[in-house]
Amino acid sequence: MVERRPLATFLAHLVLILGIVVVAFPIWVTFVASTHHAKDIMTAPIPLWPGTQLIENYRTLLFDGLINPIAGGVPLWRMMTNSFIMAMIIALGKIFVSFIAAFAIVYFRFPFRMAVFWIIFMTLMLPVEVRIVPTFKVVADLGLLNSYAGLTIPLIASATATFLFRQFFLTVPDELAEAARIDGAGPVKFMKDILLPLSRTNLAALFVIMFTFGWNQYLWPLLMTTDRQYLTVVMGIQRMINVADTDPQWPLVMAAVILAMLPPVAVVLLMQRWFIKGLVETEK
Amino acid sequence: MASVVLDNVKKVYPGGVEAVKGISLNVPNGSFTVLLGPSGCGKSTLLRMIAGLETITSGTCRIADRVVNEVEPAERDIAMVFQNYALYPHMSVYDNMAYGLRNRGTPKPEIERRVREAAKMLAIEDFLERRPRALSGGQRQRVAMGRAIVREPQAFLFDEPLSNLDAKLRVQMRIEIRRLHNRLKATSIFVTHDQVEAMTLADVVVVMNQGRIEQVGKPTEVYNRPATRFVATFIGSPAMNLAPGRVIGRGKVEIPGSGTLDFDPDTFEVAEGTAVEVGIRPEDMTVATPDENTGFVIKPEFVEELGPNRLVHGTAGGEPLVLSVASSMPDLGTRALGLRVPANRVHVFDTTTGRALRRG
Repeated sequence: MVERRPLATFLAHLVLILGIVVVAFPIWVTFVASTHHAKDIMTAPIPLWPGTQLIENYRTLLFDGLINPIAGGVPLWRMMTNSFIMAMIIALGKIFVSFIAAFAIVYFRFPFRMAVFWIIFMTLMLPVEVRIVPTFKVVADLGLLNSYAGLTIPLIASATATFLFRQFFLTVPDELAEAARIDGAGPVKFMKDILLPLSRTNLAALFVIMFTFGWNQYLWPLLMTTDRQYLTVVMGIQRMINVADTDPQWPLVMAAVILAMLPPVAVVLLMQRWFIKGLVETEK
Repeated sequence: MASVVLDNVKKVYPGGVEAVKGISLNVPNGSFTVLLGPSGCGKSTLLRMIAGLETITSGTCRIADRVVNEVEPAERDIAMVFQNYALYPHMSVYDNMAYGLRNRGTPKPEIERRVREAAKMLAIEDFLERRPRALSGGQRQRVAMGRAIVREPQAFLFDEPLSNLDAKLRVQMRIEIRRLHNRLKATSIFVTHDQVEAMTLADVVVVMNQGRIEQVGKPTEVYNRPATRFVATFIGSPAMNLAPGRVIGRGKVEIPGSGTLDFDPDTFEVAEGTAVEVGIRPEDMTVATPDENTGFVIKPEFVEELGPNRLVHGTAGGEPLVLSVASSMPDLGTRALGLRVPANRVHVFDTTTGRALRRG
């Protein structure tokens, strides 16, 4: 846009600011609620400025855990670690498997290549929930219940990422692969030296999406794990709310929500620098 | 350096399309051979088969007296320069050039020496640390050539390397490629559809059409003695004029409606009464003085001004005819012009096969 009219600028900013307020206000309220005593936030008016309990609430939540017997007495740092491990394995696993799969589909001529691609493509249409019962059966038979492997492996196969990588590889000029062949780079070397660095932007973007996907998993971990050792943050929050006979500890719940939000945000911020750099550097 | 010898090489794509229909060609050691032809004539496919990027359906390809049909491109000891340069975008110029050598396990000091030397030769020393995207088209093309040079291969393969450059740069790079070849004396095979590139660069021009070789010869040979109608019209700009005619005596051919022309009966062998196709280059005709009776006339229709010369478009015997005259000629108007055509500049082709009816 080359418009330079003050009114247009003002309106544009107004809309943006309104948008930010709409998105940010609930988060602010959440944060404020996490810094008060439980009784303060249960009485009107709801406080809009941070209270005095910030450090106390977060410390209790992160390290004591005992305060909430229903969450299994698991301190939040433990749940965060579980979530983080699960999200990392899922994100990295998905990227690795999809990258290899797309590489095979694009750069190798093997029988039923297109059939394989279409089968992968068709699974795009099936969400995890559709296949959750058979998947559970398989994982249970393999004895993987209550393990990180069981938590992550069934979620690693990804049609979306395979498809995205395939589309990206198709835009890489054939001559590049040919030049590499003449330069004596075999398939693996080509993948490592040329395709991987060129895919940086896509890798960063996919990592962000897949990490968030992994972090937000709820249904699968819920089915998969009975051992408190494997409790994830998302499940933990749910358990903190579902307390019998007493009010939930809202400030702690709110604090847990704030903390649960931080890793995905950190990943986005971190990766953003990467893929903006990638966008600026790649030339097509 | 080595020779490249093709023996009855064919390429049939799955689905039955025959892109290359049995080509035998000998590219001698150190020669600069240009494969010239319109798009889709199979010249790039042929080059890619030599490089090993396409499989050879039948026939053999020898590089340095070794059959390489089943040999991987990297082991054929060739280097290729692509039309779109195919530089690795994420590597510096230095790394682009060094990549192939590293893969072959060349010692580091040796890589350093070769890259510096090639960079000096190509005047890209100042850009060695830059990424390809920071370079202009001409500089990228130099890097692509540098990548080929450092390999010190048996043969250089060029796949339309100048097509992506603008006209001025193309001329400049053309001269540089020729200079480089004079210096390195490397066996080179160069694919192009640009006849000027072919004429200026080549020791030997191979004119291809529809998967076959039409003619192999020095640039002057393919220009002066085209073996077929296709070569005659493909080489030369504007294209050679063709008109139907009938041989009416030894060394005489009649073009109905325009008169008669003399041709060299010692060069062309054709019986009296045969219907033939007569070819004359626009630049081989001169306008006769008004009172001179040359027996061959053109009816001018319009004129194209090119600067150094002028193209007169007209008809002769109902067929379009183009005549090139110097710009210094006064305006010729639209009256019929008598034309002088030297007998040794008239080409005679068979009407059905299109072959020049040359003796022997």
